[in-house]
Formats: sequence, structure tokens, C-alpha cells
Amino acid sequence: MTLVFEQLLNGLQFGVMLFLLAAGLTLIFGIMGVINLAHGSLYMVGAYAAAFAAAQTGSFLLAVLAGLTAAALIGMAMELLVLRRLYARDHLDQVLATFALILIFNQSVTILFGRQPLFVSVPPALNGSVQLLPGLSYPVYRLAIIAVGLLVALGLYLLINRTRIGMLVRAGATHREMVRALGVDIRLLYTAVFGLGALLAGLAGLMAGPILAVQVGMGEQILIMTFVVVVIGGVGSIRGAFFGALIVGLVDTCLRAFMPGLLRHVMTGSEADALGAGIASMGIYLLMAIVLLVRPKGLFPAHV
Amino acid sequence: MSDDAITRTHPAGPALGRMIALLALAVALIALPFVVQALGQPALVPLATRVLIYAIAAASLNLALGFGGMVSFGHAAFFGIGGYVVGILYRTYVDDALFLGFILGTDQLLITLPAAILVGGLAAYIIGALSLRTSGVQFIMITLAFAQMLFFLFVSLKAYGGDDGLTIRRRNALFELNTRDDTTFYFICLVIAALVFLVLWRIVGSRFGMVLAGIRQNERRMAAIGIAPYRYKLAAFVISGMGAGLAGALMANYLRFVSPDMLHWTKSGELMIMVILGGVGTLLGPLLGAAALVILETVLTGWTEHWQLVLGPVLLIVVLFTHGGLNGLISRLGPGRSAS
Repeated sequence: MTLVFEQLLNGLQFGVMLFLLAAGLTLIFGIMGVINLAHGSLYMVGAYAAAFAAAQTGSFLLAVLAGLTAAALIGMAMELLVLRRLYARDHLDQVLATFALILIFNQSVTILFGRQPLFVSVPPALNGSVQLLPGLSYPVYRLAIIAVGLLVALGLYLLINRTRIGMLVRAGATHREMVRALGVDIRLLYTAVFGLGALLAGLAGLMAGPILAVQVGMGEQILIMTFVVVVIGGVGSIRGAFFGALIVGLVDTCLRAFMPGLLRHVMTGSEADALGAGIASMGIYLLMAIVLLVRPKGLFPAHV
Repeated sequence: MSDDAITRTHPAGPALGRMIALLALAVALIALPFVVQALGQPALVPLATRVLIYAIAAASLNLALGFGGMVSFGHAAFFGIGGYVVGILYRTYVDDALFLGFILGTDQLLITLPAAILVGGLAAYIIGALSLRTSGVQFIMITLAFAQMLFFLFVSLKAYGGDDGLTIRRRNALFELNTRDDTTFYFICLVIAALVFLVLWRIVGSRFGMVLAGIRQNERRMAAIGIAPYRYKLAAFVISGMGAGLAGALMANYLRFVSPDMLHWTKSGELMIMVILGGVGTLLGPLLGAAALVILETVLTGWTEHWQLVLGPVLLIVVLFTHGGLNGLISRLGPGRSAS
């Protein structure tokens, strides 16, 4: 029972990380109509900038600041230089151009930091674990990630639904031309939204640092899963991104944790492990295929 | 999927200039092994073989992507399946066993290639039948999802090498030819590639091709005049998958190795790059694109370890500043439409 609870928490933690990426991706797609494959690169940039700052200064606060700033600045530069030219283009051109950006980012990071993964230690203040249930102690750092993720979700909800900027974002997502016609500087709005998306991706990246290895290619791994989240939740919908992320996070984590064990009842150990891992990896894609077949627009479509 | 961004040229009848260009291309491709032999660069023959194989895959993808307007981000699945058909049949043949209990193994190219085409087409039928219920971004993503599923399936298939892949000790046999010889294998690939391009040319110019183009431009209008778009799109998708399977089977023979890498999503990306680089919805574009990407990769790898840092900006420039890829560029440079 405690094991199940622990895995549920792990799934939740992975889910909120996915949400941070998916929120930006879905906003960018919903408002600007751009498929940004390079969103995962911003996650990587955040992770590397934070790891570098942590190694140089030893301060976690400065690392956070560095990660966020680097991701947001590079994200906005990316929008100004490349993506701005792609808004009116075919999805195909967008896929290719952002694929090219991935190559550029990955190679630049390889040149700057080498191929060896960087390891980041958990900040001392969040080190250790707490007793949640009798027999279950859980790392504080992971709990902190869950808390940050949920806070960001709440903040985004308030920003989108309660502020003037949020109103423009919502309007931009549904009636782009109309917003422009009413005299809103849509270009500024686009850059701001892109910066926000990049900031969230950077946040996810810097938080992932102490849990996973910081390495080239980390962005693509999570990017594909983020796309699954966005599509399951409904493209362009923040609410969809939130629930989609939690579903994907929980399903993926639980399948990985329990599938090999279940299969071991019917076959030998090593085969069960291999097949279990395979099924676990396929699980979320299967889930996405089923969701799309039943509801082609996703679970929470943005434009009904 | 909006369609106004790219103006595509229709496959026109064989104009004189076009015929001459095609003839020159054919002569160049046939003469290539002898020329590079004479120049003392025999290593270029395998390189050209790789270009031809990728050209088949890219041209097949182009039927779905360029002519049918279906942006598939999962064609590596069919490519990899074709490869695994060769690998698994060969392994079964060597072990003298039965695959799934009733399929005999073989090392005959004349059996493995049709088998790869068949299985690739079958996979495309299943994936296409489900995926075509969606469109736009959802279609891009669901094809990606299916490809990822198959990727992980082959990773977990420990019996056929899993992550490490499957080595094929000898290339498949074809009559009494020595397929190990690079030049012989090049000519096998050249003949097959020529056939594929011929078939695609016939398809694009046929009534079926016209309907497909109509659906790409305005699906609703085609439905209104009594054509069921879904069936045509599915048929095109299946043919496209068959071609990719064929290319995968040739690639497995070329490398004498298959691994899940052939199904990885970056491979789908590469195939798309070849199509876009060469010119979406043009017949010979994929050949140009495949040649450009393979050669660029080879040259840059010899030049610097960080060749992707050069490839990235090149791709960006092609996307941002040229319309219609290399083929479009050539047509605009030349007098009239020389290649299309």
C-alpha cells in the first residue's frame, strides 16, 4: 500500500513537471498556431544554466535565477529571430525549422559543456525526507517540486482568467484577427507569451536537475511526452494541459513501477522485465491513440 | 491543414526539356559507379546507394505528405518494419526455425522485398485507418505516437536483439548476383528506385492522383462532388507505407544490420527534412533532398565533429528563405521549369 502511495506521489511529481512544459507548449500552439519542437531545448537550457550557476556559485537561489533568466531570454530571442517568421506558414515548415533549432541547441550545449552529463546536488534546505505515513518517508525535494508545480498551475489559472493580460491571451487564442483589429500590439503579446512559456520550461528544467542527469538530449525525451500531454488534454487548453499532464505522469510512472512485477506472475524474470518495460514505455502512446480516436480534439478542447 | 503556403507544381506531361533533364539524370546515375571507380573514389558507391535508398523512403513519404497533404511524423515506423522483416526472416532462415510458428525464414531478395512491402503496407493500413480520423496537429502527433509505440515494441523484443538490434551476416541473395559487391548492390537499388519513381509518377498523374490533389486542396469540396476523401487518403497512406517498407528492407540489406534506431522519431524527422529540403509535392524533389542531406552529412562529419551545428542553420535558411526547397530553387534559377 505504501509502495502504491509512493508511486502515486512520484507520478504526481512527474505530472507537474510535464505540466510546466505542456502549459507553455499549449499556449504557444493555441495562440500563435506554432508547433515548437524546440520547446524541449528551453528545458535543457534552464537545466544547464542552473547547473552551471550552482557549480560556480554554490547558491541554489542564484542557480534558480540563472535558469529562469537564461530560458526566458533565449526563448524570446528564438521567437524574435525565427518563430516570428513562421506564424503564417505550414505546420511542415514549423516542424522543420524548429527541428533545425534542436540541432543547433544540442550541438552548442555539447561544445560548451561536453557530452558528460552534469550532476546537481539537492539544495541543503530541501535535503532529507519526511515521514508522510507510517513506513513511508518521501524526499522533501520531490514534495517541493509538486508544491511549486501546483502553485504555478494556480498562478497561471489566475493570470489567464483574472487579469487583463490573460484576457488578451484568451482572446488571442480564439479571435486572433479581432484582437489585432482592436489595436492590441499582438507582436508584443506573442513575444511575452513565448517568454512565459520558455520561463516555465526553464523552471521545469532547473527543477529536474537534481533528480535526473543534466545532459544533451534531455529535452527531446521529455518533449515527446509533453506533446502526448498536450494532445490528450486538447491543444491550446491550459486546463487540458494540467489534467493531461497528471494523467500521463501517473499512468507512465505506475506502469513502469508495476508492469514488470505483474508480468512476473506469468513469465520468467528477465523476460518479464524487458516486456514490462516495453509495455510501460508504450503505455502513454496507447493512451493518446485511444483518447484521439474517441475524442479527436482531446479531453478538454480549447475551442468548442 | 492549410494549404496556401506552398504552391505546388502539377505533374505536367513530358515536355522536351524535362525529358532531356531526366535522361541526363539517368545517364549520370548509371555511369556513376564507373566514373567514381575511374576517379579512384570507390567509397562513393555505397554513399550513392544510401542516397538512393533514402530517396525511395522520402519519395514514398512525399506521396502522403506532399501530394496527399498528410503530414506523417511516423514514417520511420514503416521504414523500420521493412528492415525488421529482412532481419527476422534472415534470423529465422539461419536458425532453421519458424517465425510465429508457421513462417519459414528466407534470404532471397525476391521474397524479402515483397514481404517488407506487404508488412509495411499492412502496418500503414492499421495506423492510417486510425490516424486519418484526425487531422492537422493531431494527425502529426498520432502518427508520431504510433511510431513511438512500435519503437518501444522492438526495443523490448529481446528475442530479436532488443536495443542492440539484429545483425544480418550476409546480404539477401538475388539470382546468382554477388550482392556483397557494392557496385552490384548499387545497381539493384538503382533499378528498384527507378521503378518506385516510375510507379509514383504514374500514380500522381492518374485519376487517383488528381483526386488526392483535390482532397489536399479542398477536402470539403471533394466530398461535395461525391468523393469519399477518407478512402483515397488511406489508400495513398498505405502506398506510402509500402514504399517506406521497401526502402527499409533495402537499408537493412545495405547495412546488414537492423536496430530500433531505424524507427526512432528522429528518423521520421530526417525523412521529412529530405522531402522538404528537396521540395514538397514534387516528383524528383525527394531524390534531391536525400542526396543533399546524405552528402551534407558525410562531408560535414569528415570536416567537424559538430556537423549538426552547420546542418541546423542550413536547414533554417532553407525553410525561412526558400520556397519549395531545392527543387523550387533550381526551377527558378533555370529557364522555366526544368525539373519538377
